[in-house]
Amino acid sequence: MNRPATPVVEVDHASFGYADAPVVRDVSLTIAPGEVVALLGANGSGKSTLVRGVLGLNEQLGGDVRLFGVPREDFHDFPRLGYVPQRHTLSASVRATVEEIVAVGLLSQRRWWQPRLGRAGSTDTIHRCLEVVGLADRADTDVSTLSGGQQRRVLIARAMASHPDILVMDEPTAGVDAANQDVLAGVLARLAGEGTTMLIVTHELEALSGIVTRIVAMSSGRIVFDGTPAEFEYHHSRLAVVGHAHHSGDEADHTESRLAAAPAAGPFDPQGDDHHG
Amino acid sequence: MAELLSLDFMRQALVAALLVGIAAPLVGVFLVQRRLSLIGDGMGHVALAGVAVGVLTGTAPVWTALVAAVGAAVAIELIRARGRTSGDVALAVMFYGGIAAGVVIIAKSPSGSPANLTAYLFGAITTASTTDLWVFAGLALVVLVGTWLLRPWLFAVANDEEYARASGMPVTGLNIALAVLTAVTVVVSMRIVGLLLISALMIIPNATAQLFGRSFRATVRWAVLIGVVASVGGVVLSFYAETPSGGTIVLLAIAAFIAAAVGTATAARMRTARHRRAAGHDHEHGTGCGHEAVPHDDHVDYLHDGHLHAAHEGHYDEHGGDVAAAADHEDVGTTVKDGQR
Repeated sequence: MNRPATPVVEVDHASFGYADAPVVRDVSLTIAPGEVVALLGANGSGKSTLVRGVLGLNEQLGGDVRLFGVPREDFHDFPRLGYVPQRHTLSASVRATVEEIVAVGLLSQRRWWQPRLGRAGSTDTIHRCLEVVGLADRADTDVSTLSGGQQRRVLIARAMASHPDILVMDEPTAGVDAANQDVLAGVLARLAGEGTTMLIVTHELEALSGIVTRIVAMSSGRIVFDGTPAEFEYHHSRLAVVGHAHHSGDEADHTESRLAAAPAAGPFDPQGDDHHG
Repeated sequence: MAELLSLDFMRQALVAALLVGIAAPLVGVFLVQRRLSLIGDGMGHVALAGVAVGVLTGTAPVWTALVAAVGAAVAIELIRARGRTSGDVALAVMFYGGIAAGVVIIAKSPSGSPANLTAYLFGAITTASTTDLWVFAGLALVVLVGTWLLRPWLFAVANDEEYARASGMPVTGLNIALAVLTAVTVVVSMRIVGLLLISALMIIPNATAQLFGRSFRATVRWAVLIGVVASVGGVVLSFYAETPSGGTIVLLAIAAFIAAAVGTATAARMRTARHRRAAGHDHEHGTGCGHEAVPHDDHVDYLHDGHLHAAHEGHYDEHGGDVAAAADHEDVGTTVKDGQR
């Protein structure tokens, strides 16, 4: 079923946003099977817009998006796609158990006129997913009573239920306490070990160190860095030097040209502190 | 009771009440979940315009009301899907336009009278004919089957619309389907509960059920049970007390809500007194977390420095009722560091 040569995600000169105000402009990004990509950037840099655009949740204003080699408009193999949205997308106005939420992840495999998948089979799948995220003993708990980190893991279990080939996560570690962040990192490491491709929007690279194989940084709706964590480290430290030098006004020539196009401020832009004030 | 059952129209009324009591909370739970509790009310307003047109033209008001309510349902979802802030105002114009047009048209029709209007607004089951009842029963069945079939998808969309969209579900279509099911429920219920009160029977049993149910499935069952008790009970009560059926049903539903709220609050206070929470617990138990798992009745406790910890909501409870554990449960916070394997 998997053709290893086909990229999982191909974004080709695409723009996303609102009709007259594109947030992401002319971005190209290709993700190969097995890659674990961290998408970094300050608030408003367009990383969520890009990810939501790839999933068809934002208006696409130009360019092409292909999923598993298929143009997005023609893509219907939704079980291969596991999406972990931000936690506040969950409605809490009616009770729902952890198990009921994870069961939603199985729906993409089923048409409305088809009877339920074998009940025992789906219960097994749900429990296996809950086992992976360490919530097996909370299957019958009302989700709204769980902590933020636990809810995050419920959403990951839901995304895993259809055995996806790629997990797309929007800030899975944001606002999660240390104990939960450890568990979460363990879960992601295990999934990465099983060869699941991942695209993770995050602010907290540290929590994911050792899992991420590639880092893409965005600023003002464009990709300003794309490379390995080691390259990012180097780039990071150089930026720090440049940012420092920026103050004294010399060494400006050493700035790489693509850095010049990176005016954003944020936790991954060491120049950020200069701009924040 | 025998007297009540010997009357043809009362038997019909009880059947109608049973159907409405099942259908209204079943559809209503998804409205509560989507935070659209008042949308049924708006559809009732628009349905009145349909009723008025039926009265004026001499067609059966059920069908004209159905056309108006379903039309409004589709319009509501299309306006909401566009997500403009002006959509809110557009809905208000539609709802008040509906009820105003209804009042004016009924006043101008030959058979129109204030009593006629009141019957539709607040429910008067005794005015329904046998033909009406068959139509209502058929429509109620459509609502029940439709909601049952679409239930997993309606749940998915109402619970997390963004995820549903990303999973390729036809979100707008499902939202329109729910709106149409709501509209049909409004029309089915107008004779029993009335157009101005039907929304209450969709929402209040669900509010009560939130207090009892521990899962979505259980909540729906409770809501349907409460809905049936309120609507059938309300019809019986209105017969003996000689009160309008709609108001009686809704008051009964509200009484159940208040009783349940007081009861569960008292029970919760008593439970909290007995429940010991592990203090300062910054470790997540799980398979292979390094702590011995001890089966305990229907769940698993983890042995953590001589304490039994059981998952409860977002935290851990101290389990094992021995006096020693109860006496030193304050220690959990200080010993947790060396407990991490």
